[in-house]
Amino acid sequence: MSEKTIERPTTDEASLAKEIEAEEKAAARQASLLKDGWADLRKRPLFIVTAFIIVCLIALAVVPSLFTARSPFSDGFCQLQNSMNGPTGGHLFGFDVQGCDIYTRTVYGTRNSIVVGVVTTIATTLIGGLLGMLAGLVGGWVDAVLSRITEVFSALPLIVGGLLIMSIWGGGDVWSVSFIMAILGWPQVFRIMRGEVISNKYNDYVLAARALGAGSWRIAFRHILPNTLAPVIVISTMNLGVYIAAEAALSYLGIGIQYPNISWGLMISDAQDRFLTSPHALLFPAGALSITVLAFIMLGDVVRDAFDPKMR
Amino acid sequence: MGRYVVRRLLQVIPVVIGVTFIIFCLVFALPGDPIQALAGEKRADPNIAAILRDHYHLNEPLYQQYWHYISGVFTGDLGETYNGRAISDIVSQRFPVTLKLGLTSFAVEAVIGILAGILSALKKGKFLDNVVLVATLVLISIPVFVLGSVLQLELGVNLKLTPVAGIEKGWPQSYILPAIVLASTSMAYIARLVRSSLTESIRADYVRTAIAKGLPRRRVIGLHAMRNSLIPVVTFLGFDLGALMGGAIITERVFNMPGIGQQLAQSVYLRERPVVVGLVTLLVLIYLAANLLVDLMYAVLDPRIRYE
Amino acid sequence: MTIIDPTDAVPAPRPGDAEKTGPLLEVRDLHVEFKTREGVVRAVNGVNYSVNSGETLAVLGESGSGKSVTAQAIMGILDMPPASIPKGEIRFYGQDMLKMSAEERRKLRGARIAMIFQDALSSLNPVLSVGFQLGEMFRVHQGLSRKEAKAKAIELMDRVKIPAAAARVNDYPHQFSGGMRQRIMIAMALALEPDLIIADEPTTALDVTVQAQVMDLLAELQREYRMGLILITHDLGVVADVADKIAVMYAGRIVETAPVHELYKRPAHPYTRGLLDSIPRLDQKGRELYAIKGLPPNLLKVPSGCAFNPRCEKAQDICRTERPLLVPVTERDGTELPGRASACHFWKETIHG
Repeated sequence: MSEKTIERPTTDEASLAKEIEAEEKAAARQASLLKDGWADLRKRPLFIVTAFIIVCLIALAVVPSLFTARSPFSDGFCQLQNSMNGPTGGHLFGFDVQGCDIYTRTVYGTRNSIVVGVVTTIATTLIGGLLGMLAGLVGGWVDAVLSRITEVFSALPLIVGGLLIMSIWGGGDVWSVSFIMAILGWPQVFRIMRGEVISNKYNDYVLAARALGAGSWRIAFRHILPNTLAPVIVISTMNLGVYIAAEAALSYLGIGIQYPNISWGLMISDAQDRFLTSPHALLFPAGALSITVLAFIMLGDVVRDAFDPKMR
Repeated sequence: MGRYVVRRLLQVIPVVIGVTFIIFCLVFALPGDPIQALAGEKRADPNIAAILRDHYHLNEPLYQQYWHYISGVFTGDLGETYNGRAISDIVSQRFPVTLKLGLTSFAVEAVIGILAGILSALKKGKFLDNVVLVATLVLISIPVFVLGSVLQLELGVNLKLTPVAGIEKGWPQSYILPAIVLASTSMAYIARLVRSSLTESIRADYVRTAIAKGLPRRRVIGLHAMRNSLIPVVTFLGFDLGALMGGAIITERVFNMPGIGQQLAQSVYLRERPVVVGLVTLLVLIYLAANLLVDLMYAVLDPRIRYE
Repeated sequence: MTIIDPTDAVPAPRPGDAEKTGPLLEVRDLHVEFKTREGVVRAVNGVNYSVNSGETLAVLGESGSGKSVTAQAIMGILDMPPASIPKGEIRFYGQDMLKMSAEERRKLRGARIAMIFQDALSSLNPVLSVGFQLGEMFRVHQGLSRKEAKAKAIELMDRVKIPAAAARVNDYPHQFSGGMRQRIMIAMALALEPDLIIADEPTTALDVTVQAQVMDLLAELQREYRMGLILITHDLGVVADVADKIAVMYAGRIVETAPVHELYKRPAHPYTRGLLDSIPRLDQKGRELYAIKGLPPNLLKVPSGCAFNPRCEKAQDICRTERPLLVPVTERDGTELPGRASACHFWKETIHG
């Protein structure tokens, strides 16, 4: 709001000083936005709950042997005579169709789910972020070509595209699944990054920095990039849970993670045929999957609330 | 407006070519020899194999095969299976199931999602709002195949309210539960989207103006605020219309419905390349058409777009 | 939403009642608070002013002085909560609007009291045509048909001198220039020929040349319809030509009131003096422009005593401890100066010294 009573510098020196100040402020503004977001985040009870669940999940993923005495990869882990037996004292979640202990398999499945989620998120953020920044900064034909390519890739829905690609490459482990989801997922990050870069490019403080003779690289990295981070962080956090769910869906369709690797989606798929008679084999991995997805979706929510200045 | 429509139509052409080419290349790279697969365990007769290869253009370079395929697509010919059955035949048999499922689901998510979102925005911070928020979180977190299985057990087997699986009972009995399951995630996203965009537009200056004009609250919210909030919602709905067809792959499997999705999954296992290409192409074209529809709707809903 | 109690319903008074019931609008001891995360913000602390038919009151102040909040309280468009009105009266033709039902107030809004907002681009609905938004006034308040309403809308657009009104009635706000959009806002406020118009910084967002045109139009229409006008502004230049009297607000209180020309000649509050001195003048070309030092007060922590004391050059100890009341201002010899009052311990020194 322009108020006439507020001090107005009249000399050139003063206006130059003001521009320099504006440039510094822009850099500081970003730092403070992230800092404010973080400070805000720590105060939210929902964040503390979510963070607690996620820390537990990460512990399960890193050292599953701490949580179960058995190993799903040891000889004699699965005893066919136990097939589809319900929960008992020593086997809290019961047995699956092969007679394997569901609790142990569920614990060991955590790692794959989380690795797929994290790797896919990092990959989409890097691919989409870098290309989006390139398109936004350079503009012109580079932008046109990259945008068309993005449109082509985003025309393949995740499950349809995944089905197609996995059926060819055969899927198998966490890396191939992450890779495919990254290929299909990056356009979303690209669009956000490109939009943010373009809208920041014409902001007053960037024009001010340019007027003061700051070089293109300096402008890109000191002024434009930091201001695009918050929305990209928000969308990436929100996607973590989505990718974990998508991996389970692909594995459920039999085209994601394959034996001998453990995946909750695969366990659920195996249990489905006998679900009506012995639901335990489906419900335990399904519960683990739902809690994990819930935790990451809630993380995305709180991060968005804390970092998106519009939502305040 | 006219120029906008033409520009948008022209823009979609390279995308269609690009994406069909990618699909084609990917499927062309499917491992295994399809002609050998057709012969099963026996060794294929070299002469017959050669004739078949010729018939399916398997000996021609990739780009020529692509040309055969794309010119077919635009004349309504999605190719034929290695058994000589036209894929458009399969589509006409399977597609109605998926279409009915998809549209029912679309109606469910739009109606329930928008209503829940409005309720939530108007009662922001109150009990009802929190109920909606928790419900959306739960719906988003529970994977479709889990929700499907659980509802199938509870409503179908235990309470006998709905058919357990299949489509024998026809529309709507056999479709309603699968449609709700298929809609669940999107419904939750729509509710949240409506909530946040309506909350934002309620705070907008033009809503303050509408109040200052002495308009009744119904009109202020229902017309002035909603008209603006609907823009992102329509976008989401449009994108989702195409995505629903893909999501149907999972739902059709859970409820054993003979739709496109189930056929697609089967064909992937059986390595029926032409079927996979044909069906994926169809799904992608539907998806692109839905996106195009959204953009045109956008121009109707938001006059600022038209004159850019 | 609102239950209309028939015993409570008051027939809306007509302009003819004015003589019987006093001024058109009278604000008495109005208080408005906002509950925020940081605490209670007292945005308006006992404001009194009145407007008669055909009269223009200018309310002057920086952002955060409470001038817009007062206006929104009069219109009844404050978001409650977080806002609340713990105390005060807003009398329209003698009737306290704060005691009316929500439905009664709604019927007054737009029809009897209208408001013009600062930023016409954001204040007009971007997805509805201007013809629709103008015609809506007639459709909702007078039950006119769509077609009649459109004809009225064109008439209104002509009235505020929008060229080719009939051709542009179906255009959208973003297709008009800033000045034209503000004319549409004015047309919307004028639509039902209200008794009182509140204009909240109507020209701030406009170019200087357009500002003058829009202000002239507003003044002309006001004279023609004999409406009361409350002009909220921070721009003393705008005020001089159109206002009859001025109320200067600072930190939620009125610090000075005066007929317009007297205020310019002899301000009775150091804050008003500061505002006047910071207007650029041709005869002071080349000299550094005067500016009131410091920033407007944080409403969560209003300084004790006189809220202006940290920025005041004349501040003494008493200004930091005792809050000055708004007292009548007189000549040196004690002759009354009608309409003049100041809330300064040293008003005598300021006006006469």
